[in-house]
Parts: sequence; C-alpha cells; structure tokens
Amino acid sequence: MDLHLGPERASAAELAAIQRALGEIGPAVLTHGDRVVVGGSRRAQERRHLLLPGLWALQDAAGWISPGGLNSLCITLDVPPAEAYGVASFYDLLSTEAAPPVIVRVCDDLACRLRNDDLEFAGLDLGEHRSSPCLGQCDRGAAALVQTAGAPIRVVTQRAGASPVIEAPTGARLLRRICSEVDATTMTGYRALGGLAALERAIGLGPDLVIEAVTGSGLLGRGGAAFPTGVKWRAVADEPAGEKHVVANADESEPGTFKDRVLMEHDPFALVEALTICGLAVGAEQGWIYVRGEYAIALERLAVALDAARAAGMLGAAVLGSDRRFDIELRRGGGAYICGEETALLESIEGFRGEPRNKPPFPTTHGLFGKPTVINNVETLVNVLDVLVLGPEEWRRAGTIGSPGTRLFCLSGHVTRPGVYEHPLGVTLRQVIDDAGGTSGTGTLQAVLLGGAAGVLAGPDQLDVPLSFEGAREHGLTLGSGVVMLFDDSVELRGVVERAARFFAHESCGQCVPCRVGTQRQVEILARDEIDGGLLDDLDRVMTDASICGLGQTAASLVRSARAGGLL
Amino acid sequence: MFGAGGGTSSYREIETTELIVLWGSNAREAHPIFFHHLLKGVRNGARLYTVDPRRTSSAKWADVWLGLDVGSDIALANALGREIIRAGLVHDDFVRHATIGFDEYAASVEPWTLDRAAAVTRIPAAHIEALAHEYANARTAQLCWTLGITEHHTGVDNVLALINLALVTGHVGRFGSGLVPLRGQNNVQGGGDMGALPNRLPGFGDLTDPAVRARFETVWRGRIPSVPGWHLSEMFEAMHRGALRALWVIGENPADSEADAEHARAALGALDTLVVQDLYLTRTAELADVVLPAAAAWAESEGTVTNSERRVQRVRKAIEAPGGARDDLAIVFDLAQRLGHDWGPPDAERTWDELRSVSPNHAGMSYRRLDEHGGLPWPCLDEQDPGSEFLHGRLWARPRIGAAAPFVPVEWRPPLDELSEEFPLRLTTGRVLDSFNTGVQTERFVSPIRGGHALDLAPTDAAALGVGDGTRVRVSSRRGAIEMDVRIDHDLPAGLAFTTFHFPELADVNELTSDAWDPKSGTAEFKATAIRVEPLAGRFVESS
Repeated sequence: MDLHLGPERASAAELAAIQRALGEIGPAVLTHGDRVVVGGSRRAQERRHLLLPGLWALQDAAGWISPGGLNSLCITLDVPPAEAYGVASFYDLLSTEAAPPVIVRVCDDLACRLRNDDLEFAGLDLGEHRSSPCLGQCDRGAAALVQTAGAPIRVVTQRAGASPVIEAPTGARLLRRICSEVDATTMTGYRALGGLAALERAIGLGPDLVIEAVTGSGLLGRGGAAFPTGVKWRAVADEPAGEKHVVANADESEPGTFKDRVLMEHDPFALVEALTICGLAVGAEQGWIYVRGEYAIALERLAVALDAARAAGMLGAAVLGSDRRFDIELRRGGGAYICGEETALLESIEGFRGEPRNKPPFPTTHGLFGKPTVINNVETLVNVLDVLVLGPEEWRRAGTIGSPGTRLFCLSGHVTRPGVYEHPLGVTLRQVIDDAGGTSGTGTLQAVLLGGAAGVLAGPDQLDVPLSFEGAREHGLTLGSGVVMLFDDSVELRGVVERAARFFAHESCGQCVPCRVGTQRQVEILARDEIDGGLLDDLDRVMTDASICGLGQTAASLVRSARAGGLL
Repeated sequence: MFGAGGGTSSYREIETTELIVLWGSNAREAHPIFFHHLLKGVRNGARLYTVDPRRTSSAKWADVWLGLDVGSDIALANALGREIIRAGLVHDDFVRHATIGFDEYAASVEPWTLDRAAAVTRIPAAHIEALAHEYANARTAQLCWTLGITEHHTGVDNVLALINLALVTGHVGRFGSGLVPLRGQNNVQGGGDMGALPNRLPGFGDLTDPAVRARFETVWRGRIPSVPGWHLSEMFEAMHRGALRALWVIGENPADSEADAEHARAALGALDTLVVQDLYLTRTAELADVVLPAAAAWAESEGTVTNSERRVQRVRKAIEAPGGARDDLAIVFDLAQRLGHDWGPPDAERTWDELRSVSPNHAGMSYRRLDEHGGLPWPCLDEQDPGSEFLHGRLWARPRIGAAAPFVPVEWRPPLDELSEEFPLRLTTGRVLDSFNTGVQTERFVSPIRGGHALDLAPTDAAALGVGDGTRVRVSSRRGAIEMDVRIDHDLPAGLAFTTFHFPELADVNELTSDAWDPKSGTAEFKATAIRVEPLAGRFVESS
C-alpha cells in the first residue's frame, strides 16, 4: 500500500515489544535490489490480524500508543496509519494520547457501585483514578483495573472471590473440576479429573456423530441468544471443505457476568478441549479464543494451558495422535463491550474496529476472514464435554424439555454469598437466591436484575418464575448471560437504570445512527427530573427495530422493564 | 486489437480474475475509478504484478513490482514469450485453433533468453521467469496498460508484444482473461469510437474501404475522401512545412501538451487561421484568431460518453452554460449552416440515432435502452442485444468465427533519445492523482494532497549531484532547458528522474521531451527523455 507516514518512529523498547508480540515476521514489503519489490495487498491482508496484538504490545511497553510506535507497526503490517489509529482509538484500554505511567480504572458499574463508598482497598492510590464499566469481578468487588507501563495489566479486588457453588441434583457438571480438590489448571490435574475423555470420544466418533450428539442434546447457546448449538455446527460442517474457523467468544462483558471468567481461570483446559472438539467436528484447523482484555488471569492461564496442550499433542499437526490438525490462537480484547457481539468480535480479530457486521450473511457462511465460522460462548462450549462423556440422553436429564442441561448463574449485588452457581435449567429464581444465602444489605429484596444491562428487572413477586429459556420468556423475563443481581430496598433503582443507560451510550460503537444517537438521548432523558415516557417509547422503538446489532436492539430493555414494573 | 479499437474486458472481470498485470500504468492515480475495480479483484484474491520503471503508488499495492528500464518493454515481453514457449506453457489448443503466425513469433523471440532480457530490462532473470510462469499458468489473467506502453517511438510494437503474450497463453476472448488499454478520461474511448481518428469513420469503419464509405455517403449525402488524414504528429509536421494552414482545435491544448512544446507553439503561431473551441482560454486559445467558448460536456450538454469497458452511457444537461458558452453540437451545426448545409436544429439524440444507423456496433443502443440498462457496452448490434461484456469470444467458438488472430513479431529498439555523458539521466513523465494533463481544468481548484511540481530524483542520483529536497536545478535536454525544484523520491531506481506536466506555466516540461514519434500511431515519445541536471545556486549543503 502507498502509506503516508509522519516522521516519528518507534523507540528501541517499542520495536522490541512489537517483535516479541508478532514474532519474526519481517517487514510486509520486501526489496530485492532497486528493481524488484515484493509486498502488496495480499501480504498486508495476511498480517492485518496482527494489528491488535501489535497495538497491545505498544500499549504494554510504553503505556500508550505513541505516533512513532504506531508508524513502525504500520510499516511492519503495511496498514495505513490513519486506519491503525482508528483501530487503536476504538478500544478503551489502548491510549492514543500520552498517559501517566499508572492508570487505575475503578469499576462503578451496577454491582460495584453498591460498594464503592469504600474505595480504599489493596493499597491503591486512587487519587487520579478513572471510572470503568463492569470488570467482571462482581462477586468480589469493588474492583479496579491497574495498567502500568512496562508491566502486565492487573485486576485488584476488595474481597477474595467466593468459591463457585454447585446446586445441581444431577451432580456438578460445568463446575465439577473447579470444585474438586485437584488443581485443574495443570495438564496432570486436568487429566486426573477425567480431562480429554471427551476429545478422545469425539475422535472415535468422527465429526458426524459428534454433531449428531450435540444436536441431540438440545444444547442452546449460553451467551444470551439461546441459539441451538448443533444447528450452528451442522451449518458450518456442511459448507464446502476449505478454510474454516471456530471461535470461543470469551469477551464476557455484560455487566454482572463473570461465569466465563471463573471457568477460564480455574478450568482452562476444558475450554481448549471443547473448542478442539468443535474444530474437528466442523472441519476447521484453526481455533481462536477471544478473551476480554480485562481478564488478565484468565489470559495468562489459557496461554499456559495452550502451551501445555501443544506439548502434550492435544493441539498441533496430529490431535491426540489422530490424523487431524488443529491449533488455537489466543486473542486479547481491548476493552470494548461491543466486541462480545459475534461479528464485532470477528472484525476485532481481523484487525479492524470492532463494529458489528450486517447479518445476513451469518458467520456460519461468512465468518472470520470471510470463511465459514462457528462462534460459541465459553459456557456453551464447555457443555459439549459432558454431552459427549455422558451421552446426549443422559445429559438432557438435567433441565427442562425446552432448556436441557445446567446453567451457570452469576449472583451479585445484595446477596449473602456472591459467586457462580450451577443449577439445572428450570430452577426457580427463589431457589437460586436462597442457595446463595438470600438477600443481604437491608435484608429486604426490592428487585432482581436478570440478564445484565441488556436484561430486565424482576420484582419480589416474580421469584417463582422457572429459570428456563421458555419459562423466563413466558413471564417477560430473560436469562441472558446468567446475571442474577439483587438490589435491596435501599437502592434507588432509577440510578441503576441510569447507570445501565450510560453504559450503553459509552459502549455504542457509533456505527449506526439509531444506537449512536438513541443511547445518548436515553441517558439525557433519564437525567431529567420529569421523565418523558413518550420520548422513551419512541427511542425504544427506533433502537430496537433499526439498530444493526444486539447492543442497540436491547439498549432500551432495562428502561422498558423498569417502567413496566412501576420502578421508575 | 484484432480490428476492434477497444479493451476486450469489462470491469466486472478484473474483479474476479486470478492475475492482474498492470504494465506501464499508474492506474491508482491516473485511472482511479478503474483502480477501484482492480482493488476489488485484489481483495477477491487476484495476484497483482506491476511493470513500471517507477515504483508508483499503484505498484505499492502489487504483490510484485518489476522496475524495468524505460523503453525495454519489448525486451521483457519477448523474453516472457520465449520462457512460456520454452517451459511448454503455450496454450496449444488456442494457438492452433485461433491464431496464425506462431512459428514466426517463436522464432522471433528465441534470442530473448532470460539473461539477455535481464541485461536490457535490468530486472533479475528469476523474476522474469516467475512472471512468465504465473501469467501462463493463471486460469484467467488481465493484461492492462496505459501510456507507459504507448508513449514511445515503438508504442504500437509495444502493444503488439503484449498482444502476442495473450495469444500464446489464450488469455483473451474468455470471461476474466483479456487485454485492457486504460482510457484516460470518461470519454477517450468514445472519441475514437466516434471517428476522431485520421483513418477511421465512426464505429471504426475503414475509410479506405469503398463499401464502408458508401454506407456513410448514403446517410451523410456527400463524398468522403478515400485517403486517410493526418494524425496529430503529422499535422504539426505539415504546419512546419506550410502544408497545413488552418486548424480548428476542439477541447485540446496542444500548445502545452505537445512534445517539444516551443516548436509546437511556433507552428501554431504561424498558421493562417487558428480556431479554438474550449471551456477555457488555454495557452492554445491565446494564440487563436477565433475562440469559440464551449459548454462543458459534463452537466451542461446532452450526449453520451464511452468508458474503458466500451460502455456507452448517457450524460444529461443539468444546468445552463454560463455566459455565451454554447454546446459543441450547436457550434458545429451553426458552422455547417454557414458553410451551406442546413442540418436542422441541433439535437443530441437525433445525432446519436444517425450514428447508430451507420455504426453497426452501436445499432442497438437507443437512448431508451441506454437509460433502461444504465449504459451498454459495444458491440450492441440490435435492440435485443445486451451488449458485449468481453470481446473476441469468437476466437474460442467451434468452428472459429471470423479471421484468426495474428501473432505479429516485434523487435526491441531502445529509446531514440539516447543517454550520453552529456545527458546521463532518463526523464519520464506521468500524471498524479489530483491533476489532469496540462492542468487546464485541474489548476482551477485547490487540492490538499497536491505535491506541487518538482523533479523527482533517486536518492543516489541526488547525492551524486549534491542536491536535496528543494534545490533549484536546471534541467536540460537536447531540445531545451527549464528550471525546477528537486524532490527526493526513495521509490525511484537510480538513473531515473520523474516529473508531471500538469503545471506548464511553472515548469514547461514539454520543452524537454522528445518529439520523436511512433510512425504507426503518431504518438510522441513522452516517456523517454535524456536529461542533464545541474544545481543552480551552488552546491546543496546537507543540514546537520
């Protein structure tokens, strides 16, 4: 490409960081004497996906993306600097302006704001802190993210996390290894806990029977949309042979959600194994795990697990000695809620701004790099292990007919024992709350937030609703990503709704007008003393009907439910 | 080519082809619309080669840039042909079925070994070999070129050398494979199509063919001379020797655009009568006895334009022309009346319909159909014909339709303006994105990306001359000398200098260029001038 670069270039430290992150890929443009140059769009396209890792390398090394660092990265990748700047400035955790050497971001989102009256924790100097949307630490908040130039990101929390809790009459499934005494984060421990049995079975069964089992289990996606997993896998498997991808959506960013973090931190091999099974089933040789950038520990443990998996022959040219090739690349998000939207996530991996695509076409036909792609939530994928080990019939014995299996619930807010709980789908909301020790705070429950910022508020009169996909839907509720956030009667719910509205206004990618303008207008209306209900209804309709992706389509959901419940 | 004066392929094909060879063309700047189509092809997976003495901005999008020496195109093409033959990559079936003269061609390229071509073109042999194999092995390939091929004294031979490559590999007459000369304006193709050539009638009717002439004479009710007229270079020669005394110039600015411009201006000034019809008072118009202010063809007139994929499209009048400016058609009609021929009121559609009645290629293109289809590519023989996306499919028909396509062996000859101790640098000229030709239209607006005019030099040449960015230098050729500012271009190979000719009032580049022209096309050798560069104000001192 004919790049037009300013005069600045990277420092030695920045150059070294780029090289460490991208490996010895050399420049995009190769000169042979003064009469032949090899390079071009194809080479640039092939390495474009390294842009976000490269930007992270610069951010980590210098504490910001300096113009010189950006220029040098652009030369290596053959990306126009204006475009790279557009990508860098898209992500909250990447700074395109000179930043102080330490940046502290304190979560002031829905759960943590209940506890933020005491910010003096972990010895942090919070004098100059910035606020942050949900960091996924709701069970142990308040929480802060600390970015230090030249050092890895770290998350600091006020309290230690509660242990995950199993409340499944059929026995622990998703949390089984985590709740055992054995450390599942080492390959030895994972194997001792029965790890790799599912992958071995999958190789024995072959792709068709694996997909048949997943389809037969009736497993529905756990990311929020509840799409049948088997249908997705079948669609990609049926695409003509060729380049295909499988992606684990670990960009868990819905306020109040932290179940995938717990799975990845304590049971990383389970995700690696499940994604491998998915890849083998649909005929992909490349898998990707896209983890939100704030999950430093999960990223680290997954990286270790991937190395161990390669060393053990679980990944690579011959998966567990079979004739199948499969490997996984780990990707770190940049602090953008929108990248949890599946097509935005694909754009982000490809090295572009995380702006959702129009659908159709769906990722099953035109996914990552335009190739057929399965993209599943972490919890969804981990379920596949038990589907294969138990067999679909046995697996279905938990849950309801319409919502088979168990579900992870993220208990936070005014609850006695916050944490991740596993229940069979169809459990009542009351049961879920009781098992977590009931309402804390004043002890009187005012409302429960289900499904996160894009979810709904349930009143104390709705505690007997069965938490299955169909049960929730029937009562105008949603399970979403498994958020169960309690508010006692001291909480001003309007503040909760306003915070959620601000969250969407901040996280809207700005691509489509209904969402970009609508989420902002919603904040402004809620900030007034007199709320104009008619205007909110109008905004609700235009955002829900006309936004490109789920962010805008659900940005009015919480406001709507609060008004319907007379809570606003 | 093969009797049709247009590119063989449609834009859609470049978007889906496997290999694109852009030869002597900086389409990114000179043909930006076409380049958009080309980039779609690249995005869809096409490999892109650029063959150009300069590493242009187009070349920076290419998988491979081959920087051949100025004027060595035939050497490269012949070596490619020889390597394709040597490696057994000839499309035997096509060559047997659709062409004649292969044996003569094979014999003519036989001396062009890779090593010999490498010595002449200065491209390493391995890269010539690689291009030969890629081009021959591609399922579909588009060979595109522009003035880097034609503005040489061997311009026609250069084109023939490329056509030979398409014939030997069967890369013509199929969807996705073709030969694409890019046209510089929205209607350069249309100008030729409408008979603005000395030896052709509208629709490329052969002037020397009595049957063709008869067809036109019936409709035009007059006699058509059977002897081809002069092309531009011949006209200037005729002016110099006094054989051409009156000239009517429509929308051209030869006082700036002709090679060896000083010489050309003298010829124009010596005419008995010079009439210039233009939007602006150009330097040519300043020399004129009569200036006819014309309306713009864009937005101020009705009519059609034809683009590089031979697609005829309507243009519509949106606003009235300012002042006394008049539609070209009205001016011509008026003039006809003064000369004793009443053609009635000027009307674009009626004029077009008359053209359709004499040009079979356009017969099916009524205004109604052009509206309906958003333009149609010729040939479009009747009102049912959807037009032709690509040409010469007939060569593949079984049995073949029409004449076989001939190989025409061509021999390399170096540029006439030879490098010497006195004139050691090679100057080539070209266009930049936001300017157009002599700047008559583009100098009137400000562009944030306009780099200004400068003499671009390779870093090593600049260092040897002791000049740097902004140094004022005298640039001399065998014909004249001008002053310019130097700009260092790190993408130029040593020995090559480059400049645009968009700013004649700032730097009269065409005072330097060679007026040697190709006897077959009449096109001057703008692309190869031998120059000398001398710093004007002492030696450049590197700032510390």
